[in-house]
Amino acid sequence: MAPTIMGKPEVNPGPLARRPDNSAFKQQRLPAWSPMLTANTVLPFFYGMAVVCILLGVWLLITVNNTHQHKVDYTQGSCDECFEMRKDRTKADQRCNCTVGFRIHDAFKGDVFFYYGLINFHQNLRQYMDSRDDGQMTGRKAHLKNPSPYCKPFVADQNGLPIAPCGAVANSIFNDSFTLFYTGEGSPKVQVPLFRKGIAWYTDKNVKFRNPQVDNKTQTLAQVFEGTTRPLFWQKPVYDLDPRDPNNNGFINEDLIVWMREAAFPNFKKLYGVLDRTRKPFKEGLPSGNYSIQIFYNFPVQYFRGGKEVILSTISWFGGQNRFLPIAYLVTGSLILLLAILLTAVWWKFGKNGQNMEE
Amino acid sequence: HSFFPSCLLIEEERHVRANDRNYNDKFFYADNHIKTSKYNVFTFLPINLFEQFQRVANAYFLVLLILQLIPEISSLPWVTTTVPLVMVLVITAVKDATDDYFRYKSDQQVNNRQSQVLRGVLQNEKWMNVRVGDIIKLENNQFVAADILLLSSSEPYGLFNCVFSLGEVICEAPNNKLDKFKGTLYWRGSKFPLDNEKMLLRGCVLRNTDWCFGMVIFAGLQTKLMQNCGRTTLKRTSIDKLMNTLVLWIFGFLVCMGVILAIGNTIWEQEVGRSFQVYLPWERPVSNNNAVFSGFLTFWSYIIILNTVVPISLYVSVEVIRLGHSYFINWDGKMYYGQKDTPAEARTTTLNEELGQVEFIFSDKTGTLTQNIMVFNKCSINGNTYGDVYDEFGHKVEVSERTACVDFSFNPLSDRKFTFHDSSLVEAIKMEEPSVQEFFRLLALCHTVMSEEKNEGDLLYQAQSPDEGALVSAARNFGFVFRSRTPETITLYEMGTAVTYQLLAILDFNNVRKRMSVIVRNPAGQTKLYCKGADTIIFDRLDPSNEDLMDTTSEHLNEFAGEGLRTLALAYKVLDRDFFEEWMTRLLLASTVMENREQRLADLYEEIETGLLLLGATAVEDKLQEGVPETIACLTLANIKIWVLTGDKLETAMNIGYSCNMLRDDMNEVFIISGHTAAEVQQQLRSAREHILGLSRVSNTADEEKTEMFSNDSVFEETIIAEYALIVNGHSLAHALEPELEQVLLETACLCKTVICCRVTPMQKAQVVELVKTNKMAVTLAIGDGANDVSMIRTAHIGVGISGQEGMQAVLASDYSFAQFRYLQRLLLVHGRWSYFRMCNFLFYFFYKNFAFTLVHFWFGFFCGFSAQTVYDQWFITLFNIVYTSLPVLAMGLFDQDVNEANSHRYPGLYRPGQLNLLFNKRQFFLCTLQGIVTSFLLFFVPYGAFSLGVRADGLHLSDQQSFAVTIATSLVIVVSVQMGMVCYLAVYFAILLAMQSDGLFSIFPSQFPYIGTARSCLAQWSVWLVILLTTAVCVLPGMAVRFLKTDLYPTLTDKVRRLQKASRKQGPREQNLRRVRRTSSRRSGYAFSHQQGYGELITSGKNMKVGQY
Repeated sequence: MAPTIMGKPEVNPGPLARRPDNSAFKQQRLPAWSPMLTANTVLPFFYGMAVVCILLGVWLLITVNNTHQHKVDYTQGSCDECFEMRKDRTKADQRCNCTVGFRIHDAFKGDVFFYYGLINFHQNLRQYMDSRDDGQMTGRKAHLKNPSPYCKPFVADQNGLPIAPCGAVANSIFNDSFTLFYTGEGSPKVQVPLFRKGIAWYTDKNVKFRNPQVDNKTQTLAQVFEGTTRPLFWQKPVYDLDPRDPNNNGFINEDLIVWMREAAFPNFKKLYGVLDRTRKPFKEGLPSGNYSIQIFYNFPVQYFRGGKEVILSTISWFGGQNRFLPIAYLVTGSLILLLAILLTAVWWKFGKNGQNMEE
Repeated sequence: HSFFPSCLLIEEERHVRANDRNYNDKFFYADNHIKTSKYNVFTFLPINLFEQFQRVANAYFLVLLILQLIPEISSLPWVTTTVPLVMVLVITAVKDATDDYFRYKSDQQVNNRQSQVLRGVLQNEKWMNVRVGDIIKLENNQFVAADILLLSSSEPYGLFNCVFSLGEVICEAPNNKLDKFKGTLYWRGSKFPLDNEKMLLRGCVLRNTDWCFGMVIFAGLQTKLMQNCGRTTLKRTSIDKLMNTLVLWIFGFLVCMGVILAIGNTIWEQEVGRSFQVYLPWERPVSNNNAVFSGFLTFWSYIIILNTVVPISLYVSVEVIRLGHSYFINWDGKMYYGQKDTPAEARTTTLNEELGQVEFIFSDKTGTLTQNIMVFNKCSINGNTYGDVYDEFGHKVEVSERTACVDFSFNPLSDRKFTFHDSSLVEAIKMEEPSVQEFFRLLALCHTVMSEEKNEGDLLYQAQSPDEGALVSAARNFGFVFRSRTPETITLYEMGTAVTYQLLAILDFNNVRKRMSVIVRNPAGQTKLYCKGADTIIFDRLDPSNEDLMDTTSEHLNEFAGEGLRTLALAYKVLDRDFFEEWMTRLLLASTVMENREQRLADLYEEIETGLLLLGATAVEDKLQEGVPETIACLTLANIKIWVLTGDKLETAMNIGYSCNMLRDDMNEVFIISGHTAAEVQQQLRSAREHILGLSRVSNTADEEKTEMFSNDSVFEETIIAEYALIVNGHSLAHALEPELEQVLLETACLCKTVICCRVTPMQKAQVVELVKTNKMAVTLAIGDGANDVSMIRTAHIGVGISGQEGMQAVLASDYSFAQFRYLQRLLLVHGRWSYFRMCNFLFYFFYKNFAFTLVHFWFGFFCGFSAQTVYDQWFITLFNIVYTSLPVLAMGLFDQDVNEANSHRYPGLYRPGQLNLLFNKRQFFLCTLQGIVTSFLLFFVPYGAFSLGVRADGLHLSDQQSFAVTIATSLVIVVSVQMGMVCYLAVYFAILLAMQSDGLFSIFPSQFPYIGTARSCLAQWSVWLVILLTTAVCVLPGMAVRFLKTDLYPTLTDKVRRLQKASRKQGPREQNLRRVRRTSSRRSGYAFSHQQGYGELITSGKNMKVGQY
């Protein structure tokens, strides 16, 4: 019966032509490393982690305690007068300065850094952060005269002249300036020398921010920026930011670069200067004594209920004075230790010798 | 695939005239050119893209992309969505294109096959040029080119040795019913009915026939084969469905977050943003609603940012993983069957993980559990048994491959493939013992086998049932060779000499008689009746003088049956010539009357089949496929219920049940449902159920109420310790599948360890599967080899076809195919389990990492005035899923093995979690999202605490957004990698991170790569690494502790096995003690008849035509 049968006649010649390769990959025999959570591995690991965290925490805490920091909020107080003046927009062009004094009891040994801080200033808003043109800041001529539409509404002034640097970020640059004075025991008031350069990242200064190409030696920076205008809130054009150092002008001005690196959170501090330790009495750092800061108070913060401060600080190997890390490490370490002890107890009581593992 | 008929009118009837092209062309029938490929070079792009965007996921991302193009909303540059979307589209398109190219190639190959067409003379023609109405000639082992009507063949007694001239066929329109055909042939004024028997279908191969002619009825896409392929409904796994639900939930979650953040934005703009306008003026005219409008825009912005919780790469990754698993199945050397050169094949690539969740297996019997080969194994002749082998001490020897076979060289006509191990039988033959001779003479005479002798001595038997074939072959080897037959004679070669018997009558087999007889006259003029049949039937008709022999034979029969062999009793009788003549006239008379003919014939048969003399009994082994009992035992241990659905008779099915250990004598009860009316069936099912519940009630000593309460519950099913079996007959099944009874059937069946349904039609097979599928919420798998299993294979969640057999339909309809039933164990317990485990793990980590990744934006929202500012670099967002984390998670999804394959086989209990769907369900999903949320919280707030006022070690500032982004991104990648245990992959992350921030890329696209220098500045800082270490520790350790406690206190079987595996690896490989399942002895037997009645008549009438179905 059934002389016709549906089926495939042998297509391949060899007897084992369709045999799959016997390779480790195809047969799923690749060596595999599958860690198993056994008491022998987990418990020592937990104790190890606990010890590491606690030791790190202690070390960090000691380090932090050896650093010094002094913070002065100058929004109001002795600067009340300026604060009031900045409320009035019509007086924006008038200069106003004030002086804040404070005392340092323990000398700041080592490098001392001078930061300015802003409170409640949102550099991290999407529309704000987007409002810049990296192409322009890298010195692209095309972008210089024709800034990116992202810079809106700070692309051009009323006359249609393109703004350089464009955008809300550059426009809102922090423009207070500070002079720090030291009054030692029985000695006259001296200005504390600050380096105002070397405060930006190497890559920012040398790669990310470039001035537009100067065509020939005779052309000045001002000529390069011809046909652009300064941002609305600026008092000086970008090529004239640092009158003392021509190499610190244009887009590579370090204050500008520091400002352009937008802070992640509304309360932030940015570097203003570094103590010049070449002269006495600052060779060791900041000696103890009375200090005062003369402030050119330009930056209005009262609109957004913000605050301004000045921070003097020394640095450790893991950054400035920041107690979060040491405390977090200590807490984490203790918790892990607690967890490890708990695990050991449970394991000892219930799961030792793998008695639950019996079938 | 979709097929368009070439004429748009709906064809109701088909008219075909042989070799009349002009006439046939009027109807625009499809020609024999087939096209299964979907695209061509020009249509590929539009059609493929259109298809791809029909998927919800892709369409969703397209909408996102459009949203991103609106500048007010766009919180992310459009690249972040475009790059992944394009990658996904390209990967899918490439896959589609290669698939289609292979289809095109195979179409080409098929279309260009040669076939001989009769156009005046025979000429070679390509398949694609064959038209409806052509007459084509086929030769042996050729593929059939189209659906053709068989006209003539080299075989004798052919049906139409006629139609080459103009005849017309009117038949049904093209359809996909493989087993039905209706038509009429009009030829010279007369009508001939046509049915399926006369059709040869495309895709078949002509076998055992030198040539045949046929007329093309359906061609190309209208053939039944083509109408049948590609129409399968898309099967989806439960994980798929779960995933879709989860994606919807996530989407809801996304909208919720969007709303929260939008409200936050409205309030913030009102309270804070309003006063910040000096530095960031609102672009729109100030009005009271401005904050609300800003909130509205923010909602969309956040939808864009947070869309990564439903990552675009999810679906693609899942498909890639499934594809990989399918390849592993195709590549598996342990599922390759060398004898037939057939590797396993995953024909569907979308069901793999469901292989790890199967609870019910529905199996065909013939060809699936058994090889469909009958082997003459033992016999009892005149009170002596033959077939067992004894060693020199008189102990029984287990027969194996190495046991010496009997030498049949004395017989030039013997069949080489026949093996027998007991040489004493040959000796008895050579001694010319009369009873032995008579025994084999009976086997050589009493059957309905046809013989074919191509060359001298090269005999080929075509037996209607394999049982008969085995018996006739045995007789052949023992020197009683059935050589040829005509309607009136049978020619034997008895020990080398030709003897021709006159065939006087065949008393055919039927189910009631359970026996068949022939009446022959030997050359000496003696008239003899030879009878073979079920032992009980024969014993009733024996001559009383045979009492003693009957007892011994009956003992032997029990022995045979105990070994699971199929037995027949043989008896003969010398007929008195006068009596026979007189009986014969009555028989002829009876066969001509119209009314009550059956009954009269039966009475006459009854009359002559009395006073028989017992010759002995035969025992035929229905050869199981290799390893079937072991596989079934193992799958049963894995808590998979196996139901056998077979077209065989009750006895045969039970026999196989016993031999493959599904039925055992130590079972408490075997219920047989064989009622003929609905009421009877209901009664039987009810009583069976009550019996089971009643007994366990006693044994459980549980109170009545509780039993009642749980009686319908699967929990209760588990508690039944006693073992029951249920056997349902076909006609009872028809009633039991009625809507009012099916619940009772299901409940009763689920209480039993073994369920066997016999005499089941293909439709009923599908109904049974459907019943379980819809009511038990369990994954079902159907396995079979023949056309009658197609419906059940299609219905079940997973269909498995046994390939390498004759017949392709089952394989074509199946999702997986392999050559041997025993590979099912490997498919389920190894591949299925791994696939499920891997897929679940993959999904767990995938959702986890995306929640951890995305929700950081949510926390950041509270600090950035809900302005939809992203935390990360846009490139990190773009690449996170498709590059940074895709490979480790994909590698895990493709290669991870919790337990190696040997242990997967050894501990079938490992399969349980898949059935209970424990590894990935809604609870697991909540856990992983929760873990993701916590991780994102820690990822955000630890760096926040450390950074908000932090500075670099050289005093330069570090608290800028970009440094923060790099730190969080690095922590995230490290945490995710550590959670997955793939730390080495981090190198790739850093490589890409640094490349993205290189001077080169920046100087080309300054506005696209604003993160220049950030990684260099950041990752050189100790403080950053301190933060990363702390974040990683707080994210990873708690989860680790929980997992440790879990494995230590409540270890799952997987944990235990892994532990053992670890231990044994240290000790070195251990000797594997594989369970050997012994076939237990039983007292039950089936008789070795497996054919239909009616063949006796066919032989005596000389009409047996040899037209087969596909």
